[in-house]
Amino acid sequence: MNSLTAHELHQLLLNKKVSSVEITEAVFKQIEKNEDKVKAYVSLTKEKALKNAEEADKRIRSGENIPPLCGIPIAIKDNMCTKGTRTTCSSKILNNYLPPYDATIVKKLDDLLAVPTGKTNLDEFAMGSSTENSGYFTTKNPWDLKTVPGGSSGGSAAATAADECILALGSDTGGSIRQPASFCGVVGLKPTYGLVSRYGLIAFASSLDQIGPITKDVTDAALLLNAIAGYDQKDSTSVNRPVPNYQNSLVNSADKLRIGLISDLMGKGIDEDVKKAIKTAARVFESMGAIVEEVSMPTFEYAVPTYYIIAPAEASSNLARFDGVKFGHRSKEAPDLINMYYNTRKEGFGSEVKRRIMIGTYVLSAGYYDAFYLKALKARTLIKQDFEKAFKRFDILISPTAPSVAFKIGEKANDPLSMYLSDIATIPVNLAGLPAISLPCGFSKGLPIGLQIIGDAFAEEKTLQAAFAYEQHTDWHKKRPKL
Amino acid sequence: MTNWETIIGLEIHAQLLTESKMFCSCSTKFGAKPNTNICPVCTGQPGVLPVTNKKAIALAIKTAIILNCKIEKTSIFARKNYFYPDLPKDFQISQYELPLAVNGFIDIEVEGVKKRIGITRVHLEEDAGKLVHKGSARIMGAGESLVDYNRTGTPLMEIVTEPDIRSSLEAKVFMETLQHLLQFIGVCDAKMEEGSLRCDANISIRPEGANKFGTKTEVKNMNSFRAVAKALEAEEKRHKEVLQEGGKIIQETRFFDDIAETTIGMRSKESAHDYRYFPEPDLVPIEPEHAWIEEIKKTIVELPTKKAERFEKDFELSKADAEFLTSTPAIADFFENCAKHYSKPKIAANWIMGDLAAYLNANNLTIDKIDFSPLKLAEMLGLIDKGTISGKIAKIVLAEILKTGKNVQDIIKDLGLTQISDESEINNIIDEIINNNPKQVAEFKSGKDPVIMFLVGQVMKASKGRVKPDMAQELLRRALS
Repeated sequence: MNSLTAHELHQLLLNKKVSSVEITEAVFKQIEKNEDKVKAYVSLTKEKALKNAEEADKRIRSGENIPPLCGIPIAIKDNMCTKGTRTTCSSKILNNYLPPYDATIVKKLDDLLAVPTGKTNLDEFAMGSSTENSGYFTTKNPWDLKTVPGGSSGGSAAATAADECILALGSDTGGSIRQPASFCGVVGLKPTYGLVSRYGLIAFASSLDQIGPITKDVTDAALLLNAIAGYDQKDSTSVNRPVPNYQNSLVNSADKLRIGLISDLMGKGIDEDVKKAIKTAARVFESMGAIVEEVSMPTFEYAVPTYYIIAPAEASSNLARFDGVKFGHRSKEAPDLINMYYNTRKEGFGSEVKRRIMIGTYVLSAGYYDAFYLKALKARTLIKQDFEKAFKRFDILISPTAPSVAFKIGEKANDPLSMYLSDIATIPVNLAGLPAISLPCGFSKGLPIGLQIIGDAFAEEKTLQAAFAYEQHTDWHKKRPKL
Repeated sequence: MTNWETIIGLEIHAQLLTESKMFCSCSTKFGAKPNTNICPVCTGQPGVLPVTNKKAIALAIKTAIILNCKIEKTSIFARKNYFYPDLPKDFQISQYELPLAVNGFIDIEVEGVKKRIGITRVHLEEDAGKLVHKGSARIMGAGESLVDYNRTGTPLMEIVTEPDIRSSLEAKVFMETLQHLLQFIGVCDAKMEEGSLRCDANISIRPEGANKFGTKTEVKNMNSFRAVAKALEAEEKRHKEVLQEGGKIIQETRFFDDIAETTIGMRSKESAHDYRYFPEPDLVPIEPEHAWIEEIKKTIVELPTKKAERFEKDFELSKADAEFLTSTPAIADFFENCAKHYSKPKIAANWIMGDLAAYLNANNLTIDKIDFSPLKLAEMLGLIDKGTISGKIAKIVLAEILKTGKNVQDIIKDLGLTQISDESEINNIIDEIINNNPKQVAEFKSGKDPVIMFLVGQVMKASKGRVKPDMAQELLRRALS
């Protein structure tokens, strides 16, 4: 039962074939069985889950209008604030943090009586591509426990793939939803910047962060996006525009769809198996009547360096508040204020977080600001313009989500540059604030490959439609890991 | 001996009179219990986001308009990064590049001479919290430090002047003029002693006629107009002494010691901050629409200087009177309304500046906080002119109105204060006085004419001032002739 999708379970709930409590119990049974191996969760919230499940069952029995996610177990990445429930960002510095408020999307899901299973593991403060930077433990890829699940939303992707939840929320700053979705063989959608409220998402890089769904198929991604999208007064960067019903875009047609295959992401550094799978995917689209052409995005080669200036710059400021004064860890070695700061942050942050705080502080410093930060902003504009040009010719763009399938745990842990490059296909999308979805499109050495579909700003509908049509013509999303 | 020219520029922080904070809906009310006006946003909890207070922007725009500034079509917030426990996010949301408004000026008058001081910029930012230390005045060395975040996030407006100020006196007058303006348009209560108006100064000196500025120092901790004058005087003197002895001024921040009346240098390490400003990614640019600015313009009252000039001309008042009557919009409105209903503005002015002002001062009140209307004052003054009450009685009536809030007529009736104009009633009093004062009556009759004044006084006393003195005299003379 826990291997079903949300839309399948919704039908069973409506037809009273199953109760939310039963689904929830099944999910927690799966967690009990597999969590030792997968290690997707930092904290479980079974009590709250069962409470919501019972409420959901009551509502279903009452015959009220039941929203699609009512009574459906959902995992939440542990960088989204849950009132009174430990929220750690997988960092020791927030080991004991109980938020005094709910993130807007958490509140929205709670209002729908979705069932929160727990808080999933991530690279500390969402900085990483493998969950190896978690302050607690590394999550394992359910397809091969010796490989990483990707990151930073590795916990959410692994929990979804391992049926330890029905669907999940991730956050994506440079690929943190799409890359783990790709590695774990599930669907991951990063919405347009400003479509989903960031209020309550513990910021890594404010101008890039966006919350989005990690699900077992495209339909579930549309349902979850419906539940979380929309303007929020509490987030000034959220956009005040009407939100369509994304379920309406689930149309099985790609006829005359103009698709640009990004040639810059099909060359050096991309695994042969991955290239082959993407080319095959292009042919699937063509078979549906789509027109696929190659498109070159010459600014992409600057995307990773641009990202690694802007994101750390914002992070260095966003993470300043973890200072031992108000919440979270405070060092016991605190003879005076300065040493309290030093020791708290020294003990609380892991090495990747420290590295990025240092980079960010450096690029914003007097004398370096113009050479680094300002220049990166200009490069970001150029990357945006490359996309704008491309979307004059194409409805959607496609590429691999990641250059390779999931890599071995430890393989890149000591090589930050090669780790950074694994986000080469996803980072440009965040810099331009565009929507993009990753969905399964093949396997290499038994590990899933992800196809990335990029849409124009607020063109989630077109993006979802293309993904849905592709999914209807393939079976990749139906493959499940054997644990 | 070199003649030196002093160059001063000021950086002013004014707390804006909004109900809620700059980026959240917490109250800005002063004096609440520590850490009661706080929320996840203003305590910098992980994950929170700021939302700009539109009222604060409106008040800053209003100020920018009266400071003759250009309001920028697009302005942005920036983060000013530094670690301190009173700053929950460890960055302050402020403005750096692209402030709200630029290029303005204020005209001030120093010892009768008018002078224009340029305004470089007006921008918005948030205030920090308050620290209380145990065992030391500062955090370093304190055994324990407590923080109150009630003030955290209070909207602040920063006003920066051009280096156009040439003396400590000009600086003081500038601050007084600015205070008056800010209070007058109701954007800030602007009390330096309470910290709702604060000021730092950059000061340098150069030989008269030189083109290049000297090395400047920044003076902080000036908590009154007097302190502004004293601190800058002291710092100016120090600069001169150092330079005349062949020394060098070090660019640094110096604190004013109010008691010793000197400035004290901080270790330059403490002031050498790199704030790593960058655009605040959590906020969108401020782009005030033209129509909104016009709407704000309409809420601006006639400014004090203009009003005073008009009062001087229209009501034939002295400059000093006109300035007094325009010290606040409430006083000016009161006077103008009264003058509408009473034809002798100078007399109305005298009552407002005299008895009324004394009452307000003594009770620490302002004219808009009392139950007394300009109409009541006009009515009372009319009754004096009609002879219903005397000027002396009017003082009693006014005091009574202020005390009870009752009507003029009621008070006069209740206290029996109407002037006695019935001759027979006055003659009854006069008969009594003549009977009781045989000695003075005899003196008067023997030719000592001035004694009449004593007898008039007795009549006044007996009638509790309700007889007109000239009438009393006339009837006395008649009775004694």
